[in-house]
Amino acid sequence: MTTVIETAPQVATSTKPLWYVSDQTLDAHVPAGPLDRKWDTSKADMKLVAPHNRRKHTIIVVGTGLAGGAAAAVLGEQGYNVLNFCYQDSPRRAHSIAAQGGINAAKNYRNDGDSIWRLFMDTVKGGDYRSREANVYRLAQLSIDIIDQCVASGVPFAREYSGYLDTRSFGGAQVARTFYARGQTGQQLLLGVYSSLVRQMDRGMVKMFPRQEMLDLVLVDGVARGILARDLVTGEIKSYAADAVVLCTGGYGNVFFLSTYARGANATAVWRAHKRGALFANPCFTQIHPTCIPVKGDYQSKLTLISESVRNDGRVWVPKKAGDNRPPNEIPEEDRDYYLERMYPSYGNLAPRDISSRAAKRVCDEGRGVGPGGYGVYLDLRDAINRLGKKVIEERYGNLMEMYEQITDENPYEVPLRIYPATHYTMGGLWVDYKLMSNVPGLFVGGEANFSDHGANRLGASALLQGLADGYWVLPATLPDYIATAKPEPITTQDEAFAEAENEIQAKIRRLLAVNGSKTVATFHRELGHIMWDYVGMARSEESLVSALSKIRHLREQYWRDVRVSGGPEELNQQLEHALRVADFLELAELMAIDALARDESCGAHFRVEHQTAEGEAERDDERFAYVAAWGYNGAEPPILVKEPLVYENVKLAVRSYK
Amino acid sequence: MVGVLSFYRTTIGKKVIMAITGGIWVLYVMLHMFGNLKFFQGAEAIDGWAHFLRTFGQEVVGYEGVLWLVRIVLVVSLVLHVWMAWQLSRLSWASRPVKYSRRRWLAADFSGRTMRWGGVFIAVFLVIHIGQLTTGALLNGFQEGEVYRNLILLFSNNLIAAFYILMMIVLALHLNHGIWSLFHSLGWNTYPSKSLKHRLCQLVAIAVPLGFALVPISIVLMGVMNV
Amino acid sequence: MNLTLNVWRQPNANAPGRFVTYPVNDISPDMSFLEMLDIVNEGIVHQGEDPIAFDSDCREGICGICGIVINGIPHGGKASTTCQLYMRHFREGETLTLEPFRARPFPVLKDLIVDRTALDRIMSAGGFISASVGSAPDGNDMLVPKNNAEAAMNYAVCIGCGACAAACPNGSAMLFTGAKVAHMAELPQGQPERYQRVVAMLSEHDELGFGSCTNHGECSAVCPAHIPMSAIARINRELTQAALRGYSSATA
Repeated sequence: MTTVIETAPQVATSTKPLWYVSDQTLDAHVPAGPLDRKWDTSKADMKLVAPHNRRKHTIIVVGTGLAGGAAAAVLGEQGYNVLNFCYQDSPRRAHSIAAQGGINAAKNYRNDGDSIWRLFMDTVKGGDYRSREANVYRLAQLSIDIIDQCVASGVPFAREYSGYLDTRSFGGAQVARTFYARGQTGQQLLLGVYSSLVRQMDRGMVKMFPRQEMLDLVLVDGVARGILARDLVTGEIKSYAADAVVLCTGGYGNVFFLSTYARGANATAVWRAHKRGALFANPCFTQIHPTCIPVKGDYQSKLTLISESVRNDGRVWVPKKAGDNRPPNEIPEEDRDYYLERMYPSYGNLAPRDISSRAAKRVCDEGRGVGPGGYGVYLDLRDAINRLGKKVIEERYGNLMEMYEQITDENPYEVPLRIYPATHYTMGGLWVDYKLMSNVPGLFVGGEANFSDHGANRLGASALLQGLADGYWVLPATLPDYIATAKPEPITTQDEAFAEAENEIQAKIRRLLAVNGSKTVATFHRELGHIMWDYVGMARSEESLVSALSKIRHLREQYWRDVRVSGGPEELNQQLEHALRVADFLELAELMAIDALARDESCGAHFRVEHQTAEGEAERDDERFAYVAAWGYNGAEPPILVKEPLVYENVKLAVRSYK
Repeated sequence: MVGVLSFYRTTIGKKVIMAITGGIWVLYVMLHMFGNLKFFQGAEAIDGWAHFLRTFGQEVVGYEGVLWLVRIVLVVSLVLHVWMAWQLSRLSWASRPVKYSRRRWLAADFSGRTMRWGGVFIAVFLVIHIGQLTTGALLNGFQEGEVYRNLILLFSNNLIAAFYILMMIVLALHLNHGIWSLFHSLGWNTYPSKSLKHRLCQLVAIAVPLGFALVPISIVLMGVMNV
Repeated sequence: MNLTLNVWRQPNANAPGRFVTYPVNDISPDMSFLEMLDIVNEGIVHQGEDPIAFDSDCREGICGICGIVINGIPHGGKASTTCQLYMRHFREGETLTLEPFRARPFPVLKDLIVDRTALDRIMSAGGFISASVGSAPDGNDMLVPKNNAEAAMNYAVCIGCGACAAACPNGSAMLFTGAKVAHMAELPQGQPERYQRVVAMLSEHDELGFGSCTNHGECSAVCPAHIPMSAIARINRELTQAALRGYSSATA
């Protein structure tokens, strides 16, 4: 697979090209046949494991969010011996819990023209034609069962007075297909999954390992056979062997330091798997969410999202004139620019995330931004409050408004919210085939950690959908198929591969602790975040990316020379935890910049300033870039780009328009 | 029944027992206070009331039969109430081996926080009270059946009157948390607190001890005026 | 702003702990409480000492992992999570005492970090509806009146932080347990397992060594999710009804 046929430009300081390109392409093993029959056909062909044999097989699931938690619960229910890991103190804390707005499903309960096909089309179009057609269609198909399952497990979705399920609309769609539970849909869905999970824990089918962080993937004869995890309380490195490993470890947006991710969210699991051979697909596709509370100061540790659902009722605007410093309520209607409604009349305030974010950046770059620092726009609920009354708005977004007030000390019912884009989600992730298995046999990847469903931009309310689709349905079908087909030999942690991997990890930890430099881990992380936001952020150019590359390399080199990590290896050591994560971010960041450089087009959230229309919209290049860029790790050598051509059998590639 | 036995073993089961037994005592003290108010109608009225309580239902259960039945129920309730309180308190004390260095209360009021001490005081008071006004063992010159006279005799001692009044404040505090709490323990409060029902409970908690206290207060005042 | 912190330091579960004082200078009132601690820790690391360990993850008030007792009140007394507490709530020159959540089932792991897996065990005992994946009927097959859905949601928003047990004078986790029982008892989907659920969860709660509820309402007053005391009234009633129906921990 690694025959090199093409090389890429070099950075000035190096004699090596930035990457190699493989002459082979990846096969996603999408079953043949009509689109709406592919999943059924695939399932019909899958091999099964008989109930009495299932408990002989151990499956490791890393992560307890919607994808990981659901997969662990269902596999446990099927009878497999499941080991489930999370770095938090409880599986209920996974960051799926923070999703606010809702979950899409093509139920068409409202009879407003929705269908599986339309959800599929919206998602493909929203992803700017860079996702895999068959995966997206399966996602849309499964959406229907997901709602049913969630209701059955006690998720208190919003209801009409009649007792029927309520829905609302979300970005990138013209139908109201988003099911929700106030502004805490992710929390309620995760608690639903968690309750299925604790049920299996009670039955002894799932063994939970909280406060354990995966630090390496263990391969035996090229097949994933276990993991190493650090017990975050004692510091002990522990080995776990299994017949298959599932990573549902979320995204890597914390490479930007400031993001809406949980503080502990990290790329270590996927990055270590990548270094063991798993391909990393589309790493540059990172979603910048348009509605976050703007940055206040250098001390800030994270950014907080205000659900996109607020755009249902809120209107986004900035003053027409640059430098208009009047308080928002004193700016009359004629001096306001409701720029989303002006630029995208048919979708208005509900234009997709990448488009809304870039529009916000544009008006702020023009000097029309509001709030301290000038990087913010108004999201105004005034008209909705006048139309519907404060009570209705409170019912819909009460907890969000309360949170906003806590953080900003401003009352959003009286003055418009101030918002600005922030890193929120990563569409990229480990490459997987149709069955969600990576190129490493036995290594499966679900949820945000894989790349498959959202292309270059994810639509709102689709992350929860994908997490549950992967966890509740896809992985529980494909994992048994793998076990039945591959018939993995029994293995224990006595295998020398475990000892080798452990030695490597121990050496890395010792090395980190031995640096004893002058800067804290957080300082480096913050600096990396600045580089990524400024040079690999919402607008990228060859120039910015090349300079990002040398800055990242320089920072990484400094890190290993000058970082200061206090404490020892065998204790609860949060500095060390952070230091290990940042070490991986510093490597991943480089691959993100390389991928962004290699993708010499604009698509979805990936905006190369060299490729834009006269109106400043992203300009795709389907001739050259209708592929998934999957990167292979190559040690000290430049990474190798392997392409998976995106074949659209059912969708006609078109210019995305939300006008 | 297995359910009930296992129910008793749970903390909620014990609480429910405390609620029911406490509730029985609340009903009793309400009735007791109502009888005491007959003091203000004169000796005949209150002595008659005492006589009525002894003869009520005597055709069926004999002289003092009902009274003894009530007393048995009360004693059993009291024993259960104290026993459960003891068990639950021990659980609570054990549930936080390392105490906080500082504590600030947001919701727990004085009456709630003093339930255990209040209970101890009330128990001691009960022994003295029975000795003085039921058996008469602790009251020189006690005459069986002459309630009015016994009361005057007892409360002509200002110190004892003050002690009784103080104990009624303790009782009010105990009831203030206890009455509303018993509804809570029985699961009959499913709405936010500070409701009408909560106010009613507080009213009873104040009214009953106040009614009791009126007797010593007025006797003390009569003494003052005679001088 | 300038403040003084008085922080509980304990190297691990088995070592004794003590309070250590840290002066804090030049803090912005717009900082969150945990951002202030981040800055204190940066200073401690620079001095070559062990920074203060505390739990935090989402930092937006939903994951429930953070929790510090500040001046005798879990989460500091604003009925929010510790991460959603802002420095503007404190006075210039104030001394703040920081302690871990304390309850017998919450052993301290280090400094301000405690082990709250006891809460998972209560959930594991019965905090679920046994709905196997694939067996669910259409979401609209079983209608849920809006009032029930809203009431269930009022309880379902519990974030599982454990502040209720930390605040309770008796170290009781009844608000946590009650919220889950009440959430599922409100929904038609929760009915078949309703009584065995409450018996199982409550028995586990008691066995873990949590205390009993004396109806003070400290738990609800500190609850970041504003779970009302009616959750406890509800679990009391549910358990009593379960007992009257003959459910016991043996049958659950």
